[in-house]
Amino acid sequence: MNLFERLRGSDSHTARTAKERLRLVLIHDRADLPPAKLEAIKDELVALLSRYIEIDPSLVNVSLTKERNQQRLVADIPLSPERARRREAR
Amino acid sequence: MTAKIATITSGKGGVGKTTATANIGVALAASGRRTVCIDADIGLRNLDVIMGLENRIVYDLVDVVEGRCKIRQAMIKDKRLPDLYLLPAAQTRDKTAVSPQDMIRLADELRGDFDWILIDSPAGIERGFRNAIAPADTVLIVTNPEVSAVRDADRIIGLVEAEEKGPARLIVNRVKPEMVRRGDMLGTDDILDVLAIELIGMVPEDDSIVLASNQGVPAALDPRSRAGKAFRDIARRLNGEVVPFESLATRDGFFGRISRLVKPGGGS
Repeated sequence: MNLFERLRGSDSHTARTAKERLRLVLIHDRADLPPAKLEAIKDELVALLSRYIEIDPSLVNVSLTKERNQQRLVADIPLSPERARRREAR
Repeated sequence: MTAKIATITSGKGGVGKTTATANIGVALAASGRRTVCIDADIGLRNLDVIMGLENRIVYDLVDVVEGRCKIRQAMIKDKRLPDLYLLPAAQTRDKTAVSPQDMIRLADELRGDFDWILIDSPAGIERGFRNAIAPADTVLIVTNPEVSAVRDADRIIGLVEAEEKGPARLIVNRVKPEMVRRGDMLGTDDILDVLAIELIGMVPEDDSIVLASNQGVPAALDPRSRAGKAFRDIARRLNGEVVPFESLATRDGFFGRISRLVKPGGGS
């Protein structure tokens, strides 16, 4: 930061924050899936999957992403390490 | 003559639609194009005061639509530019007084007499917006370098495409080059990056716009106004001219110039 930037008191770079927030809000707007609805989907997914497999709800991540022009709903569901260990022990 | 119809819209209020309409209209008329600006913001008319024609209104858009006068009687001829006209909105009615079909009929009636018909859309995505874009051949979306305004612009882009009026082009208004340069304001490239839309103009924040609206003399008439110059460039691009985008960053304030002297290349 040079003298003049210091005089202006400017190392905040809030534009970057703005762009990030904008990206995220547009991803949700375009898919018509607000974050709260996504959270509900996640809860139902966890409930459903838990009937068949052991998962740790706190590790489940459901999010919207965008690659080029393709919007994607991505569910990342790590299988519980407990489960893997038990299988090996068998 | 067969007019092209351009609607200026935004979604969010207060981003500068009316200012843009008045200034682009003035710039088109100053370059010899017969131009009429239509205020489609029924109930909240403002284009008249920005253009400085508020004292001469006798009839308005709703009077025309409801058959109380001829379209010619409602149009106000600008004092300064012989090729510029205003069709004012009604102030005491609301958006439902006019339908999209009415707007199409009105525009078709004017088409033969003008080169350009500019329609100043109200904020929002309801009836007033639908009225404003119904007759459009092309749509210009005004935004500011702020999260809220860009978000609304994105919504409008989608609606314009759904109405098959796209692709719309973007005006980024009220840019503060100094803030963009120090990373505290979204730059035009950031905005284009998230919106995926073509740019037609980038207008700096400029005190001359306030002076212009105080006086009712659009800044595009002032050869020294930076914002006025940006609007004149937009008018030229509308006419199909290729006008390079001025790098606003080269015209920033005292600190900007000094720090470039100290640090050539400018990076931080």
